Amino acid sequence: MSVILDARGLCKSFGAVTAAAEVNAAIEKDSVVGLIGTNGAGKTTFINMITGYLKPDRGTIQYEGRDITPLPPREITRLGICRSFQIPQLYPSLSVRENMMVGIGIVLRNAGRGGFFSRGHALVPGHEAPAEDVAERILARFGLADYAGRNAQVLPGGVRKLLDIALTMVARPRVLLLDEPTSGVSSQEKFGIMQMVLDAVRAEGATVLFVEHDMEVVSRFAARVLAFYDGRIIADAAPSVALADPEVRRHVVGRLKAAHA
Amino acid sequence: MRRDRTLVILAVSFVALAAGGPWLPQWAMFIVTIAIAQGLVALGLMLLLRAGLVSFGQALFYCLGAYAAGALGRFVGISDIFVEMLVGGALAAFTAFILGFLLARYRGIFFGLLSLALSMILYGLLVKNEALGSTDGFNILASTLVGVRPRPDWVRYAVLVSAAAVALIAALLVHRYLNTPLGRLAPAIKDNEIRVEYMGASARRAVHVKYVIAAALAGVGGALAATAVGHIDPEMAYWTTSGEFIFITILAGTGSVVAPFVGALIYGAIHTTAYDLSPNTWQMSLGAALLALIVFLPEGLWSLFTRHVRHS
Amino acid sequence: MKIVNVTHGSFYAIGAYAAASLTAAWLAQGYPPFGSYAVLVLAAIVVGAPFAIAIERVILRTMYARDEVVILLVTYALFLILEDVIKLIWGVNPYFIAEPYALLGSFEVAGMAYPTYNLVLVAAALVFGGGLAWVLHSTRAGKLLLAVIHDPEVSRAMGVNVGRYYLATFTLGSLLAALAGAFTAPTVSVVPGLGVDVIVLSFAVVVIGGLGSLPGAALGALIVGVVRSLSVHYMPQVELFVIYFVMAVVLAVRPRGLFSLAEPRRI
Repeated sequence: MSVILDARGLCKSFGAVTAAAEVNAAIEKDSVVGLIGTNGAGKTTFINMITGYLKPDRGTIQYEGRDITPLPPREITRLGICRSFQIPQLYPSLSVRENMMVGIGIVLRNAGRGGFFSRGHALVPGHEAPAEDVAERILARFGLADYAGRNAQVLPGGVRKLLDIALTMVARPRVLLLDEPTSGVSSQEKFGIMQMVLDAVRAEGATVLFVEHDMEVVSRFAARVLAFYDGRIIADAAPSVALADPEVRRHVVGRLKAAHA
Repeated sequence: MRRDRTLVILAVSFVALAAGGPWLPQWAMFIVTIAIAQGLVALGLMLLLRAGLVSFGQALFYCLGAYAAGALGRFVGISDIFVEMLVGGALAAFTAFILGFLLARYRGIFFGLLSLALSMILYGLLVKNEALGSTDGFNILASTLVGVRPRPDWVRYAVLVSAAAVALIAALLVHRYLNTPLGRLAPAIKDNEIRVEYMGASARRAVHVKYVIAAALAGVGGALAATAVGHIDPEMAYWTTSGEFIFITILAGTGSVVAPFVGALIYGAIHTTAYDLSPNTWQMSLGAALLALIVFLPEGLWSLFTRHVRHS
Repeated sequence: MKIVNVTHGSFYAIGAYAAASLTAAWLAQGYPPFGSYAVLVLAAIVVGAPFAIAIERVILRTMYARDEVVILLVTYALFLILEDVIKLIWGVNPYFIAEPYALLGSFEVAGMAYPTYNLVLVAAALVFGGGLAWVLHSTRAGKLLLAVIHDPEVSRAMGVNVGRYYLATFTLGSLLAALAGAFTAPTVSVVPGLGVDVIVLSFAVVVIGGLGSLPGAALGALIVGVVRSLSVHYMPQVELFVIYFVMAVVLAVRPRGLFSLAEPRRI
């Protein structure tokens, strides 16, 4: 399997806080990787560095052999790496459909279509359909069709999460980084949501990295686990192996205590 | 269909002005022309406001446009109104293009105050400049239209129709722009710039473009106002002038490209009435009117019109 | 308070006018001229406070939930209204009260006569600035005020009477503006439009210093004052706008001003 994303020697500090210390991770194409770790372990910083929001103090990030370390988020998105956020980043004053349309509009414009001098309905690259249809399609795929006209501000938490993820699908990503896709969702719904998301995403043939705190979800959906602690990766293996690792047990998962009588 | 309605309104207004113009008294023609000039500036402000940016310094470009028009007459002998507007708009656009590299990086109050600072710099430069008349400014040549010099009593009408034509074109172009992906990016930039960046667009570039467009509109408006008034002075770059434009934009609301012009007309009416009723307290009346607007009609006057026509 | 307050300029003018008219009355009555300093201060406070309280309670209070641009426009509207209110109360003729200024005479510095009154101004600035800093950082009320400004919702949830703090903040700020006007009154002729130039300059000062930073504002004021004086002396043709130029330069180098507060993490 070829490596699509390769992080080498990433280091990042904020004053006295070390968010990343020599982080190395080679992500293979079409894999599904789970990122686990307690809060503050460096998972989101890792995603922020890959997507260009933060620049590492040292280290490089290669995407399909190309160095993307200095690029800003918009360039990295255009190259095919998209992400969702821990706290959903939406456009609160716009409706769900309008949220999608803004994103689709950007994709159109980046492809040079639908601008000032164009006529008629431009086709969205990658989907080869007019913008409105693409929006409907993606919203339906995520079960958001009923919310299409609602204002993003008034959406319930789980729906906001889904919209946030749906927005990442607009640009047809090759690599998708999901930051806590099931947080704020009840434990019964987590599996359903994760399945829906992965089905929608994998249908496009994307490599997925997701941050998750629920170890059952991780075991079920990830083929590989990266465990973070204190800015370092302390385990990099299949879920069954990683979750049994004593270091991971101590710092991330917790040890099973004997049941009370 | 909202799009068609805008086109219809614009076209009808133009025809009405052109046809009914000759019957208007001179002072009315003057007021409408000034309203169109101010409306152009407000149109540009509306573009920026949709992206969440308030420029307190559009007077900079308004003044540049005016002085360009004046300079054309004074130093080159050109008095053609279309050339004046073109040059005014171009000079303003060019200046905005340069300044935009700095300004497009800022948001909120910093954007506002920086734009203000830039307009005050122009004010200071002009006041100290003897060649351009310093605080007195100078007069502008009577307008000609594509080489034709209208009879003295037809000048105002000629200016009015030219203004209306330019406004029509400008409004149509802006309307079209607002329906492009870049144009529709404005509320997104206002709401969540991080999301915009992460979707693959440069908010800074979009703001830069809008700033240049707004400047061009203000420059054309300034040139137009200059020819209508017949005189230019540095006061056109003072922050209180920018304040007037902002007043008009808020009055109008951001609902349609027609709104700024309607807003400018109403502002002119309020201003004139307030001044006639009580010349010593016209500022108070204006302030009270603005306050009342903000409290009771936060979306601007245009929202009155669209309230019945809500589409799902 | 996270509002840009154009009305601040009006309070400067109100302070100047109040000081001028009341000091003139004081001196006309034949009271001791040295008492005029107290009159200056009292006039600013006594006249400024009712205006501030009225404005905050009646108008501003209903606007806090709105967009910051809207609040700015509200203060702009109030500024327009107050400009004419001032004219109605005090008329359009200039007021001169040179006595507090002249009384102190001047002293020699490097071969030039320097008015002693200016030292009073500097001293006043230090006292009030220092006093404000002390109140904000060392008293319980001051610290609560900082908390309220930072996050009114959390403060409210903790039982702080946010409305009262907003009133106090606005009044305090406006009174400071009034005092500034009062102290400046003896050095200029008090005319309509006094507030107009000042307000834009003070925004420049605050922006240069960094929003929300007291030491920044002090530094900003110092920079503005020095630059202005230098330009009047060496390059008078740029005097009018040099300060805006400085502001543009500062913002280009430090986008949030010289002393900017740390930004919390967004994502």
